[in-house]
Amino acid sequence: MESRSRHFKANAAASLANPVLQTNLKTAKGKFVDKRAIAIKEIDDFEGSREAAKNIRNRVLENLDLWLEKFEESATARGATVLWAKDGEEICRHVAEIGQRHGVQKAAKSKSMLSEEANLNLALTAAGIRPIETDLGEYILQINDNEPPSHIIAPVVHKSLDEVADLFHQVHKTPRKTEIPALTREAREVLREHFLTADMGISGGNFLVAETGSVALVTNEGNGRMVTTLPRVHVVITGIEKVVPTLEDLTLLLRLLPRSATGQSISNYVSVLTGVKTPEERDGPEHLYFILVDNGRADVVGTEFQDMLRCIRCGACMNHCPVYQTIGGHAYGWVYPGPMGSVLTPLYTGLENAIDLPQAATLCNQCGVVCPVMIPLPELLRRLREKQVEKHLRPWFERFALKIWAKVAASPSLYALGSWLGVRYLKWLAGGRDRIAVLSAAPEWTLGRDFPAPEGKTFRELYRKGKK
Amino acid sequence: MRVALFVTCLVDLMRPRIGFAAIELLEAAGCDVIVPAGQTCCGQPVWNSGDRAAAAALAKKVIDEFVGSEYVVVPSGSCADQIRNEYPVILADEPEWRARAVELAGRVYELTDFLVNVAHIKTLPGNFSGSVTYHDSCTGLRGMGIKEQPRALLAKMSGVELKEMAAAEECCGFGGTFSVKFGEISAAIAAKKCGNACATGAQTIVGGDLGCLLNIEGKLRRLGDETTQVRHIAEVLTAKK
Repeated sequence: MESRSRHFKANAAASLANPVLQTNLKTAKGKFVDKRAIAIKEIDDFEGSREAAKNIRNRVLENLDLWLEKFEESATARGATVLWAKDGEEICRHVAEIGQRHGVQKAAKSKSMLSEEANLNLALTAAGIRPIETDLGEYILQINDNEPPSHIIAPVVHKSLDEVADLFHQVHKTPRKTEIPALTREAREVLREHFLTADMGISGGNFLVAETGSVALVTNEGNGRMVTTLPRVHVVITGIEKVVPTLEDLTLLLRLLPRSATGQSISNYVSVLTGVKTPEERDGPEHLYFILVDNGRADVVGTEFQDMLRCIRCGACMNHCPVYQTIGGHAYGWVYPGPMGSVLTPLYTGLENAIDLPQAATLCNQCGVVCPVMIPLPELLRRLREKQVEKHLRPWFERFALKIWAKVAASPSLYALGSWLGVRYLKWLAGGRDRIAVLSAAPEWTLGRDFPAPEGKTFRELYRKGKK
Repeated sequence: MRVALFVTCLVDLMRPRIGFAAIELLEAAGCDVIVPAGQTCCGQPVWNSGDRAAAAALAKKVIDEFVGSEYVVVPSGSCADQIRNEYPVILADEPEWRARAVELAGRVYELTDFLVNVAHIKTLPGNFSGSVTYHDSCTGLRGMGIKEQPRALLAKMSGVELKEMAAAEECCGFGGTFSVKFGEISAAIAAKKCGNACATGAQTIVGGDLGCLLNIEGKLRRLGDETTQVRHIAEVLTAKK
């Protein structure tokens, strides 16, 4: 997917000016945040479970190559083919080749963020394969002229019921429906046909299990099961970091993932899929492929950003992020929004291509405290800021302002003079009022609020006078 | 107890009365208070902007200035967090300095935490009267565990009625330099905080970090609210009728 992260500020301004989006964001926030808060209470030692999950993910990342080899060995032994993709282009090439090999004309997809990274639907269409998104949210986006998702687990969270009703009416050419059950029924009727006629199923993978060569999938609509069992060919596309050692490790992560994501104790469908259909089995694909994708991940292993690879894509960080809640996912400009996206986008697409994202956070650490695998997101964002400074990527006036502040704060006499002048200037600007309406030294502040006026003298002046 | 006050640059510039209120509270708790004269900024803005070298220089300056004081008290959760939790990280590659940072970390307290858990203050100097709602500033709350301490102090004042707001623990949108880099987003987040605070009907919004308070007050006034007061916890605890 082509990144629009460079235009973060303009994207965010558009989001703020969109009243429908603002209403939709408020509705969504309440659901996710409140439900998670209730669901995590079901686990006796939630904090201990986070710690254990973190350790499982760290154990994998410390020897990622070995666990991947182990996975490849186990999966191959069960009749699957494991392929490796360096980047999005290679994902597209692999899938197109598999499609051609098996004479595929239609591919039914369950949700895969990797396919968003690769812009897979476009490539499939070019290769003569018709991709059909079957996750309800992704389906809505596909029929809306391939709109990108705005959330990693709730891709149409930015849309209202009314907007979906209009879309279905226009695209399906059916009478406009306004009840959710009627709309989902309509989508099911359309999708059922595709499930039965697709030659290939494409899914993501929530986890890969090294000891068994399995992929674990959690979905709420059951479409994942249709996609992975009905068509002759099943292609799993996941990042290389998604591997876990054992089924037992998987069980812990499966306790944390749905609770953190949607506030569910368990997702409606949990599938652990292993190998191709054997002669004794009636269901399942004849051909199973795993495409394990790097696309920037391997470069993060062993760096100060490795903690980010623990991510299990629950979306809790964005659900709890004051910035995400205010501007929605599209503003971030690439596949992954919110705090995790603000770390991943610069790492995967280049620091210089997402210059605003690490800065677009208040560092409130709400994300860090809800992350089920304890990724220190604010700390990683801060380190990215440090990288930007090291590489001289910040604008000149910011660098200048920081240099001045560092110099002044390092010298008590300069600081005393600077603060003496500063408060008098601000007091003069306020012109006798208790606030300043336009602050030219920091114009962004007064775009949407006033700047309270200072008292008029510094503490150090007053304190020294009082002591004399 | 001998306490050195770290005033913080925002208090120094914008609201000296918070510094004096902090001194009054510490003295009421039986402390001898000094204010080291050379102090400036804890370095949080440069650290959060990614300038490690400048942050390290300021950290060393603070460490030197507060040598020998029994306790260092800060009327700001985020500045206290910078000194206690970030200095050892900033100076991780310089073992001697790191050791000094860790030693200082053991003596640094946020004001309300110190008053409640170290000084065990009995009687407050103020007699504020009115309804208040308390905004939990992010770094104080999640970095320093400041939650019950300010409420315990407010509970000692018979004239105070605490009306908790919805989402008190959510960010007000300040975020230090975030507020001047992404002003519109920052102000939009502040509007939600103001909405939650005002919905309680409290006359005064109280908090422990001046940055958040300036953000909230600025947004209230821009929204046309001329009546809701915004005060630092130290001001409330020392306010005279």
